[in-house]
Amino acid sequence: MTSLDTGYFGPYGGRYVPETLVPALDELERGWREIKDDPGFALELAGLQRDYVGRPTPLYRSERLAEGKSVYLKREDLCHTGAHKINNALGQALIARRLGKQRIVAETGAGQHGVAAATVCARFGLDCVVYMGSEDMARQAPNVERMRLLGAEVSAVEFGTRTLKEATSEAIRDWITNVETTHYMIGSCVGPHPYPELVGELQAVIGREAREQILTAEGRLPDAVVACVGGGSNAIGLFGGFVDDADVRLVGVEAAGAASLGTGRAGVLHGARSSLLADDDGQIADAHSISAGLDYPGVGPEHAFLRDSGRAEYVPATDDEALAAFHLLAEREGIIPALEPAHALARALELDAELVLVGLSGRGDKDLATVLSR
Amino acid sequence: MKRVSIYLMAGRDTPELAAAAVAAGADLLEIGFPFSDPLADGPVIRLAGERALAEGMRTEACLECLAETRARVDVPLIPMTYASILEAYGYDRFREAAVSAGATSFIVADLPLEAAPELPRVQLVAPTTPEERIRLAAERTDGWLYLVSLTGTTGARENVSSQLAGLVERARAVTEAPLLAGFGISTPEQAAAAAELADGIVVGSRAVEVAETEGASGLERYVASLRRAVDTVSPAVA
Ligand SMILES: Cc1ncc(COP(=O)(O)O)c(C=O)c1O
Repeated sequence: MTSLDTGYFGPYGGRYVPETLVPALDELERGWREIKDDPGFALELAGLQRDYVGRPTPLYRSERLAEGKSVYLKREDLCHTGAHKINNALGQALIARRLGKQRIVAETGAGQHGVAAATVCARFGLDCVVYMGSEDMARQAPNVERMRLLGAEVSAVEFGTRTLKEATSEAIRDWITNVETTHYMIGSCVGPHPYPELVGELQAVIGREAREQILTAEGRLPDAVVACVGGGSNAIGLFGGFVDDADVRLVGVEAAGAASLGTGRAGVLHGARSSLLADDDGQIADAHSISAGLDYPGVGPEHAFLRDSGRAEYVPATDDEALAAFHLLAEREGIIPALEPAHALARALELDAELVLVGLSGRGDKDLATVLSR
Repeated sequence: MKRVSIYLMAGRDTPELAAAAVAAGADLLEIGFPFSDPLADGPVIRLAGERALAEGMRTEACLECLAETRARVDVPLIPMTYASILEAYGYDRFREAAVSAGATSFIVADLPLEAAPELPRVQLVAPTTPEERIRLAAERTDGWLYLVSLTGTTGARENVSSQLAGLVERARAVTEAPLLAGFGISTPEQAAAAAELADGIVVGSRAVEVAETEGASGLERYVASLRRAVDTVSPAVA
C-alpha cells in the first residue's frame, strides 16, 4: 500500500516522515477511503455543512469594487468560525471519530484553523491541543482566547521562527509521540500523503458550489478564478470546481515574502516534497508576511504540480497591496476580509478578465489589531 | 559483543569528540548533518542543530567535518540527516561526496523505506511498524537495523521503553540483521537493559549534551561508562 506511486502529484507529495508515522498514515488512508464511499458519512457531513457551518455560502456579486468587470466573491468568510478552515476540520473530526481517536492535535498560524479545530472538537467531545508559534499568538490574540474558550489547550511554540512552520513541526512531533491515541488534524493541503488529497477533497465543496452558483447567476463560467495561497487549501478547493474547464484561468496569489511557488525550489518539508522557500543547502528559509495564514515557507504539493503543468498560475501580492485591498473591500462593500484573501483581491481587481471569481476565504476580525497598528 | 553507537552533531570539535568516543569504546559513530526542521528530534538535538547551523555547519562544512573525523578514527561513520539536505545536494552527489569523505552508510530520518533505493542506508523501524514492513526494512537495510525503541522523538527518558522488548521480538522473527536500539537511552543502566534485548545501543541526546558541557574528556568518561555497562551484558570476547 505504501508504494512510491501513490500520493504523488507528478514529482511532488509523498510521505517523508519518520517511520513511526507510516502505519498511522496507512490507517488514515484506509479510514478515509472507507468513509468517503460511505453514504452515511456523506449524509452526515452534508447535514453538518448545512446546519452547523452554514453552507452553501453565498456567491456575492460586488457592484462597487471594480469598473468594467464583474467580480464575484465566494463568501467563505460567512462560514461558522469565519473561514473556510471549518470545512476541513469538520470532515477530519468525522474521520477521527471513525478511527476511534479521542485526541486531536493541530497547528495554527492565523488561528483560524486552530479555532476551527477547537470548534469541531467541542462539538464532537474530542480533546484538542493546538500548537501555535508565540509570535503568531501575539498578533492573533483574539483567536487564542477563542480557542481557549472552546476548551482547547493552546501550546505556545517558542523556538525557531515562532510561527506556523515551527507550530507544524511541533504538532507532528506530538503526533509521533501519541500516535496510538491521537489524530493529527492538519490545517491545509500540505503534509504527507494522504493529507493533501484528503484536505483538498474536503475543501472541494467550495469549488463545487461556486461553479453552480456562477452558472446560475451568469449563465457562463468565469474568465478567471482567484484565491490566496498559504498552504493552499482554500485555493485547491476553489480551483477544484474549475480545473477541468480549460478556458477558466486559475490564479493563486501568494504573499510576496512567502512565495513558495513563485520563488521557491523543490525540497522536503513537513512530510512532503513540494516547492519551498529554502536555501542552496536545503535549509528551510523564513517566510515573511503581514498575514499569519500565508506566512509559511511551504505549499501543498498539488499546487507545485499545477504550476509546473501550466494549468494554474501563481503571482505575488505585497503586504501593502493586501492592506489596500482590505480597506477597499471594507469601504466599498461593507465587508471586512481577512488579510489572507485580501491578497487575492488585490491581484484579482487588476486582472485582464471580465468575469472574475475570488475566494473570500475568511473574515477580518482577527486582523484588526494588525491593520490598525499600520 | 554488543555494539555501542554514539551520535554527535557535526561541528568544529567533532573530530576530537569522535576520537574520544572511540577511545572509550564506541563501535560506530553517527554524525548529524543539521537540518532546520528536524521532525524526529527532541529538544536537545534540535537545539544542537540550531547552534551548528548558526556556526555555519552547512552541507559542505559537514562533509569536511566528516573527512576530518575519518582521519582520526577507524570505526564506521554514518551521516544522519533529513531528506531536504539530500534533495538540495543531489542524492547521488551526496552519496559520492560523503563516501569519499569516509562515510560507510547513511541514516535519513524522514526518507521512507521505498524512496531512493540507490542510497544504501540503515533503515529505522518503530514500535508501530507492522511485521511486513520490518521484513522489508531488514531486507533493504545496510548492515544493521535501527530500532526506534519508543513512539516519540529523540531525547533522554526516565526508563527504557516498555515497547522495546516487543519490537526486538518481532524483528528477530523476520531477520538475522543485527538490531541496535536507540531513542530514549541515556544512562549506563538503560544501556545495559537495552543491550539485554538488542545487539547494541545508540545514544544521541545525552552524548550531545555531555560533549557540549564536559568536552572530549567528559564524553570519553561517559562513553566508557556505557561501554562497561553494555559489556556486563555480554563480556567482550578476545
Ligand atoms: C482566512 C484564511 N485564508 C487563507 C488561509 C491560508 O490557508 P490556505 O492556503 O490553506 O487556504 C488562512 C490560514 O490561516 C486563513 O485563515
